[in-house]
Amino acid sequence: MLSLTCPNCGVTAEETEFAPGGEAHLKRMGPGADDAAFRDYLFQRKNPRGVHFERWRHAFGCGKWFHAARCTQTLEVFGTYTAQTSSVPDDIVAAIKARRPDWELDQ
Amino acid sequence: MSARLPGGGLLIDRAKPLYITFNGRKLRAAEGDTLASALLANGQTLMGRSFKYHRPRGVVASGAEEPNALLTIGSGDTLEPNQRATTTEVFDGLEARSQNHWPSLEYDVGAVNAKLSRFLPAGFYYKTFLYPRAAWKHVFEPVIRKSAGLGPAPDRDARDPDTYEHFYVYTDVLVIGGGMAGLAAAEAAGAAGARVLLIEQAAHWGGRALVDDMTIDGQSGPDWVAGKLSALRAMENVELRNRTMGAGVYDHGYVLANERLTDHAPGADGPRHRLWRIRAGRIITATGAIERPLSFAGNDMPGVMLASAVRDYVALYGVSPGDRTVVVTNNDDAYQTALALVGAGLNVPAILDARAAPAGPLIDAARSAGIRVETGKAVASVNGKTHVQAVEVCDQAGEGTALETIPCDALAMSGGWSPVVHLWSHCGGKLAWDADNAMFAPDPDLPPTGADGQGFALAAGAAAGALMAGDALASGAEQGAAAAMALGHEPRDPGKVAAVEAPAQGPMAPVWLMPQGADIAHRSKAFLDFQNDVKVSDVQLAAREGFESVEHAKRYTTLGMATDQGKLSNINGLAILSDALGQPIPQTGTTTFRPPYTPISLGVIGGEARGPLFKPTRKTPIDGWLDANGAVWEPVADWRRPYALRRAGESTADAVTREILNTRRNVGLLDASTLGKILVKGPDAARFLDLVYTNMMSSLKPGRCRYGLMCTENGFLFDDGVVARLSEDSFLCHTTSGGSDRVHVWMEEWLQTEWWDLAVFTANLTEQYAQIAVVGPKAREVLERLGGMDVSREVLPFMGFAEGTLGGIAARVHRISFSGELSFEIAVPAGQGLAFWLACLEAGADLGIQPYGTEALHVMRAEKGFIMIGDETDGTVTPHDLNLGWAVSKKKADFIGKRAMERADLVRPDRKQLVGLETLEPRTVLPDGAHAVEGARLANGMANMIGHVTSTHFSPTLGRSIAMALIKGGAGRMGEVLEFPVDKGVTIRARVVDPVFLDKDGERQNV
Repeated sequence: MLSLTCPNCGVTAEETEFAPGGEAHLKRMGPGADDAAFRDYLFQRKNPRGVHFERWRHAFGCGKWFHAARCTQTLEVFGTYTAQTSSVPDDIVAAIKARRPDWELDQ
Repeated sequence: MSARLPGGGLLIDRAKPLYITFNGRKLRAAEGDTLASALLANGQTLMGRSFKYHRPRGVVASGAEEPNALLTIGSGDTLEPNQRATTTEVFDGLEARSQNHWPSLEYDVGAVNAKLSRFLPAGFYYKTFLYPRAAWKHVFEPVIRKSAGLGPAPDRDARDPDTYEHFYVYTDVLVIGGGMAGLAAAEAAGAAGARVLLIEQAAHWGGRALVDDMTIDGQSGPDWVAGKLSALRAMENVELRNRTMGAGVYDHGYVLANERLTDHAPGADGPRHRLWRIRAGRIITATGAIERPLSFAGNDMPGVMLASAVRDYVALYGVSPGDRTVVVTNNDDAYQTALALVGAGLNVPAILDARAAPAGPLIDAARSAGIRVETGKAVASVNGKTHVQAVEVCDQAGEGTALETIPCDALAMSGGWSPVVHLWSHCGGKLAWDADNAMFAPDPDLPPTGADGQGFALAAGAAAGALMAGDALASGAEQGAAAAMALGHEPRDPGKVAAVEAPAQGPMAPVWLMPQGADIAHRSKAFLDFQNDVKVSDVQLAAREGFESVEHAKRYTTLGMATDQGKLSNINGLAILSDALGQPIPQTGTTTFRPPYTPISLGVIGGEARGPLFKPTRKTPIDGWLDANGAVWEPVADWRRPYALRRAGESTADAVTREILNTRRNVGLLDASTLGKILVKGPDAARFLDLVYTNMMSSLKPGRCRYGLMCTENGFLFDDGVVARLSEDSFLCHTTSGGSDRVHVWMEEWLQTEWWDLAVFTANLTEQYAQIAVVGPKAREVLERLGGMDVSREVLPFMGFAEGTLGGIAARVHRISFSGELSFEIAVPAGQGLAFWLACLEAGADLGIQPYGTEALHVMRAEKGFIMIGDETDGTVTPHDLNLGWAVSKKKADFIGKRAMERADLVRPDRKQLVGLETLEPRTVLPDGAHAVEGARLANGMANMIGHVTSTHFSPTLGRSIAMALIKGGAGRMGEVLEFPVDKGVTIRARVVDPVFLDKDGERQNV
């Protein structure tokens, strides 16, 4: 039972108050994309042991989506941030590096 | 035999006798007894038969770790099997029965298994009952299930009359365990100003301070505990709960605890159990330690008990486990038991100490008390049938040759102590091997970590490996202060440590097998896991057969897999395994500790979510009227909707037929309020809907409606409905009844996470409006009688809508039809829904107006070949598969699912496509889901299935059966006759036809 802070309404709540939305920062492949890129967009997901970026929705709260940077191994949450971005914000990258000096952003 | 002593018994009140029954026999107990102490007080040491071999078993422990004394409590609706006698508090009238025997506890036919034990080794299920395969189901499994097992499940008709609840709590510091360390930790954290919750699984507080020989700050153990409790109760920021077991520790400091409120007082008001769902800043596990049994032949005989349990029964309950008790040990601690027994006036014929030269104050005290101390000695075997009669003594260094027989009626054993590390380990806390005490203890450098990456748990007292009273108390105070400090509180009096005086103890010596060279005859009677009947020889066999991982050996032998989860057996078992594998114990490691620490009831897991509260039913504003007028309810997503409205004397099928014919001939009324209604508004609303729907929605004119389809990115249809353009910038999107929440969330997901540049708001108005469909040739007349707005063909044509009032009620009238008839769907404010419904019924009374249900709706839409999401779609069906290609825009550059529709598989000509079916025999209705087969069987012997029936009905309008099906290459099969084998030798033949069965040109609705 994770505890997450919704950056939209500022509430820190139980995992049951949120709905998971899978990997964050996927790039949508629309008409014109080749088959391989479209397949990867639909089905290929990262499953890292360590730092991971996820989408969450504050389903039983404000209803808004947000992103979370989390360690899948220790469940440490490095930060939560807006869903209206297509890249990881600098302050989140810094927060991760402070805790995982060897980690590099792979996007 | 065991008996009640004339004095002593800290927890019982001899002045308050009460009566319980055991296997129907009435026994006297005292208030404060546990079931185990009450049975022992009455000389009842035989308490059950073992799981596999049906060996006689008695109580071995005094707490939650008890593996043997599992009893069935209560009867009928309150029957509960497998309750530990050691943690069951007695009450007047308690009924207890022993388990796993036939015909009686004393004479058990199943005990023959013990004679056959040579043929029932570890893994025998896997080796023995292989062939013939059919025999497994009909012979082996029923026999094994009958002979093995614990208590019976409650009767299938039994219903739990008790209530349960969940309780949500936030606290700074949660202290689990109310012994010395827990009390000290709670006090230290509380004094620093932290909000503290202290829970204890037992009814009483104090742990070993109540029993063991010690003084704390000059007070006796019990006095110190009483003083601490009143000090803690006086602190406003400290909450104490007894009978509350820390069940599991989860992510980010989340804890489940189980409080037993009325188990000891049945009939009392309130819930029976309460599940605490706790979020704690820091968790202190002060869960104590559990004494280990020694592994010698016959260590499971009734009368053989843990040394600490023996002195618990004497000190806490005034019960003697026997007149003559031999003590066998590898450590100093068990000498306290011998001294306590002698102090109570009982006889201790000998202390058998496996160590060669033990020394220290406790050994000296035993000797000066006149107790015979034999060093380097072990128990070779235990004599007796259903109770200890004597022990055979041998050298620990030898192979078990008996040197002497000591008659006795109880045997107290101690193999050292294991910290209770379960809660520390549940969420990833790591353990370290303490070679001096031969135990695993929490590694303070590797605690479970929380959201911030910091450790959120601290172990204290014996649970941290501080086995001596003084160390445990200091550790509790230190960890309590540390937890408070970690949360920003300032500890008070950090230097103040209570002065504890307790006898010093010398080093223990690990003894995993007694005697160390025991032969196979002895090893195969030396039990490790009492509850699952796993012996030393079983674990050694597993190692020989290659089960080298502790997790594999556990599953192969079932060691530690019983309801006690191996609280007594784990360390002994993995020590035996390590020895067999020739590797050190830390290399073998432990199995995974999983919650709950002790079993909790299914009732408390469910909590209040039972019956109507399990999942609340959504009801429309018309629900009450429908219920009073013959509704036959069916669940539709979270709603309930009437399948049909039955009149007196009518069958449900007759009601459906009547409703259909009346709607087609006169006028019908449908409660369509469950339909999803999502308002999409904003400058970019049209652009957004062009992306969400496969159709072009931006070209829809205000005042007009359009049927729209939504696909997933896979190109598969997932919802449909009519979109009404209310104005230039606002649309009302109707969804399926089950899809309203899903579609709203879907729209928000795209708006917030992909197209956040679009200026659009959405609102789910589903429950704000009641929606009523007035359907049939006389529908317009009904509305005209209500009056208030022009609903003529000219002003309100098909697929138009208008806003106004009808019968004085604000209404939005949609000219849309799901039945093929002249049809108006009227949305009114939810609060006016019932009034409008009644007004329609009154206005249409002489026109023959009748309400209809969902089955009539289904049949009428099938007659028209309209698809239903969930019937014709299953997540693998595209709009084109359903002949709905006309609703997929070719002009739009993009929409959700467009890219997928270009994939080779989605344009394949032999995809399954929607067709209509007419059975050759018109009264025969195809079963739903029936498969069409064609040609020769496949190589694997299966029929070549080419598709399946998606909707099937008898159409009263057409007087014949109709069906829709998804058939491979269906579009090219018009006129073909397909075969549907539906049962052995029964094949239904049906002709492929156009799925629109009625009024192909739509003349009935366009009037």
